[in-house]
Amino acid sequence: MPKRHGAQTVLFSNPVGITAAASIVGPKEGEGPLAARFDRIIQDPMFGTESWEKAESEFVKTAAEMAAEKARLSMDNLDYIIAGDLLNQSTGSIFGLRETMRPYLGIFGACSAMGEGMSIGGMLIDGGFASNVLCLASSHFCSAEKQFRFPLEFGSQRPPTSTWTVTGAAGVVLNNAASGQAITGCTTGKMIDMGVTDAHNMGAAMAGAAADTIVTHLNDTARKPDYYDLIITGDLGYVGKELLLELTKKQGHNIAANHKDCGIEIFDKDTQDTHSGGSGCACSGVVFASHFLEKMKSGELNKILFIPTGALMSPTTVQQGESIPSIAHAVIIENIQKG
Amino acid sequence: MNMSKKEYGDMVKKASPNSKIVANCIKAFAVGGTICTFGQGLYALCGALGASRDMQGMLVAISLIFLAVLVTGLGKYDDLVKFAGAGAGVPITGFANAVAAPAIEFKKEGYIMGVGAKMFLIAGPVIVYGTLSSMIVGLIYYFVR
Repeated sequence: MPKRHGAQTVLFSNPVGITAAASIVGPKEGEGPLAARFDRIIQDPMFGTESWEKAESEFVKTAAEMAAEKARLSMDNLDYIIAGDLLNQSTGSIFGLRETMRPYLGIFGACSAMGEGMSIGGMLIDGGFASNVLCLASSHFCSAEKQFRFPLEFGSQRPPTSTWTVTGAAGVVLNNAASGQAITGCTTGKMIDMGVTDAHNMGAAMAGAAADTIVTHLNDTARKPDYYDLIITGDLGYVGKELLLELTKKQGHNIAANHKDCGIEIFDKDTQDTHSGGSGCACSGVVFASHFLEKMKSGELNKILFIPTGALMSPTTVQQGESIPSIAHAVIIENIQKG
Repeated sequence: MNMSKKEYGDMVKKASPNSKIVANCIKAFAVGGTICTFGQGLYALCGALGASRDMQGMLVAISLIFLAVLVTGLGKYDDLVKFAGAGAGVPITGFANAVAAPAIEFKKEGYIMGVGAKMFLIAGPVIVYGTLSSMIVGLIYYFVR
């Protein structure tokens, strides 16, 4: 059976198992509605280090160790580590993983990192090139603010369309012997530019990419939205969600009934002052690794389409007046019979 | 998908909530007014204590800058601006915050390339264009007088 279906989708010959997943978050996420779901909540945003960047790397390192431990693997058993974050030159991942001494693939897809990592990891395993792959995604509110916006103590107001970068890291271990939750395929997104130039409205910039990937996926696989218990986007937030539902509907697919967004799930916008919702590479990562994966384990969910979304820009491109191209990578995750 | 950037722009505008302008203006007025009234009080106090007019203005400016930098260091000035917006951002205290905040943030990169180079990251344009416009106004005044 061919693995490639339609324009952008691959379906694996053998399901790729999700052996374990770990989530670690900062204090604000630990006060949110998913607090009880996370493996660890770190109250000190500096995580015992002396800079935001070092703290982010510490989150990455800890998530990697926790994920490997939960999968009952030592670091030496990992054939590849795939990681992505938001910092320049991916330093969040690099400095967190520099002592692992394992083959490392650094990726950049902005906040779509977990989707990109799980797609590549799944393909590596289904292609027979690896047995165990660790996928990581991280972000830190303070290091992201410092790089993309203003120094933390500088007073400014955030517009209602802005999102709050999630502090944390998630690790997902993929394995060639699938049982339980498994990746059965993926739809790799293409860059979509809807002409949005407002860096405070990334949900609007990313909604087009999410809609494109979802519609392409449904067309490639000849599935209907209700094939999935949930279609879960990464960090569109309230504004992006509204636009996504409208865009997919215009293209003949109504996903309103079973759509969720990790950016909406992670914070309580009424009490946590997070405006349009959560964002950052860690947002989709930690919400999937804790909340949704647990729901699959309990059997509440059996088939999900997980679509982390990323806004591909830098402060320089925004200052030069460029619009924000975006991307969304869909990963199919299903409960499969043991055996 | 067939949709022009303009069509999508209109969709985005419809989906994006606006800031609460009236409430924000009231908060800005109250906090900005309080800061300025406090400054005026200080001015009067310095005068009562015998300071000359020039000295009064300088003492008020120094005091407000000191207080704003102190509150920034305590991590509270950004909360005040979040609440009051331009009411806390525009007075001299906001300017002090704009210099102190990057100085704190970039200390990790050292005193030369960090604090020294990044301190005027936000305040720099205000200084550049403030100086430039005062020069232009000065020139106009010189010829029109």
